[in-house]
Amino acid sequence: MKILREILSPLLAVLAAFIVGGIIILLIGDNPFETYRLLLGNSFGSLKDIGYMLFYATPLIFTGLAVAVAFRCGLLNIGAEGQLYVAAFATAWVGIKFGGTIVNVFGKDVDYSWMSLPSILLVPLCILTAVVAGGIWGMIPGILKAKFGSHEVINTIMLNFIAIALVSYLTQYHYKVPGDAILQTAPIGEAAHIPRISQMIPGMPEFVPLSVAFLLAILMCVLVYIFLWKTKWGFELRAVGENPSAAEYGGISPKKQIIIAMTISGGLAGMVAIGEVLGNRYLYYHDFSGEVGFLGIAVALLGRNHPLGVFLAAIFFAILSRGGIFVDAFTNYVSKDLVEVLQAVVILFVASLQRFSKR
Amino acid sequence: MSEILTLSLIFSTIRFATPLILAALGGMFSERSGVINIALEGLMLAGAFTAAVITYESGNPFLGLLCGMGAGALLAFIYAIACIKFEADQVVAGFGINILMLGLPALLSSAIYDSAGSTEQIDQANLLPEFFGLNVVSVLAFLLVPICWYALYKTPFGLRLRATGENPAAADAAGINVNRLRYTAVVLSGILAAAGGAYLSIGQSSLFTRGMTAGRGFIALAALIFAKWKPVPVLFACLFFGFMEALTIPLANVKLASGENIPVQFIQIIPYVITIIVLAGFIGRSRAPKALGIPYRKEK
Repeated sequence: MKILREILSPLLAVLAAFIVGGIIILLIGDNPFETYRLLLGNSFGSLKDIGYMLFYATPLIFTGLAVAVAFRCGLLNIGAEGQLYVAAFATAWVGIKFGGTIVNVFGKDVDYSWMSLPSILLVPLCILTAVVAGGIWGMIPGILKAKFGSHEVINTIMLNFIAIALVSYLTQYHYKVPGDAILQTAPIGEAAHIPRISQMIPGMPEFVPLSVAFLLAILMCVLVYIFLWKTKWGFELRAVGENPSAAEYGGISPKKQIIIAMTISGGLAGMVAIGEVLGNRYLYYHDFSGEVGFLGIAVALLGRNHPLGVFLAAIFFAILSRGGIFVDAFTNYVSKDLVEVLQAVVILFVASLQRFSKR
Repeated sequence: MSEILTLSLIFSTIRFATPLILAALGGMFSERSGVINIALEGLMLAGAFTAAVITYESGNPFLGLLCGMGAGALLAFIYAIACIKFEADQVVAGFGINILMLGLPALLSSAIYDSAGSTEQIDQANLLPEFFGLNVVSVLAFLLVPICWYALYKTPFGLRLRATGENPAAADAAGINVNRLRYTAVVLSGILAAAGGAYLSIGQSSLFTRGMTAGRGFIALAALIFAKWKPVPVLFACLFFGFMEALTIPLANVKLASGENIPVQFIQIIPYVITIIVLAGFIGRSRAPKALGIPYRKEK
């Protein structure tokens, strides 16, 4: 009965969003059923489709978990976007500096690196960098909230802009290959690349960028679940989220938990860098995110801040992202922007139904 | 330094400050009534898009501005229903509105104009007119500051609004309809923010492009916090942030001793850094209205 109640409002929200979206599609002049068939029916047809869909789902699982952990402590982490930007740049930086990157610039070889580490050291170092960099960027608003009481929502929004400006500066002025028209860094060393699942599964084209980061994302769902519900630390974190003053009365320091929750949240958001930098583009590309940090809020919300829910919600949004490309190509008027509209309407409905179902 | 501080810098400061002033004044009404307004960005985009479409189709920028403000009011009303009637988390709902306004204008403009998310170029003659280098909307924005000050501090409406944001239960006991007042305040914020957005699409430029506000709604929010939710300080905060944006133009040509340009990124982040510092209480405490973000449910 409890489970039914938990999934009822997300399902209602999705249904409502599709109805609103359907009306918009009708007004624009296309067939809603045909559009929705294109949107939802292109993620399972072949191994290539599945691979791409899971590739889209990977960062959403990380950011969804990030928002969910903070939320369980009563915090709204709007800052996943900034956290993953910082993490992605830092990860690429380590991959360049310790990966033996040499780039041919106007006919001359330029050495960008300090040293060449072997894969077995470099990959863990890069992954650690992603988590730590994201964690530090998440810890800042945590400390600001704990020490000065300033609201994490405003601070994370501001830190998003600061993070994006900062890494854009570093990329543009220090780590861009001269002559490169795109705002991106030099490539990371090959030793920093992580294996692609598409190369292991026969029948899945190798260009599908689905990497082992997806497996890591599943592992993190399990670990976050164990942490939140099976450990003392997770209990304390949730206790603060449920009722800070009661938790404090019970000997738990809300301030400490706020800092811990925001740091973990930032670290999870930072993991987006693993799939993106080490498994997809093999460099830091400035516009890589596509707002997955903000979508993490929608994923967590739709997934009821539970790791399993987060996983399912991430898959759902990934199906939409994959389908958007087909909607763009095969309808007369509707563009892939429909996906964003549906996501937004889902957010509005879930947010509106949430308190309603609590009564 | 002297070649940087010129008359043109003053004018571009005013130009950049205009949308910020309008959005921040709008945000002020909403937040003073107790409703957080993260949605300013989306409300501005609603105004910008609608104004661009209507102006292009009708050739009348004032009709465009008016319809833009209408669209802002409508969207703000939807936001208000979610926040007040359904007691949705205001930050989450606000982000929903922002994401909606990234997608919806792009969806509509690609359907209407077969473009990748932007509207058609509007004739220079059909843009909002300027007088002595000042856009009508800039003049409007500056005039609104004393008007909003008067409304907030010298009218019964303002008194009720402030009471509602500080102590809704007491306001209710005094016979104020708390939630109706909040609806009014949020819709007002939509109208003002949308006017700021319209200025961007049919004043400063001549078409709507996807996400053209580029974070200005959040800078307006930052200015509002910096100004401690007060109208006259809002003006100065917005002028200051507008000045920061204006500075990036002349500084693009200034070379450092090392022969490099001054990175614009360092100027761009100043408003955000200041907001964090102010919120942490290092430069005078900025205190939000007490009931900010808390839905009000009448006791029965």
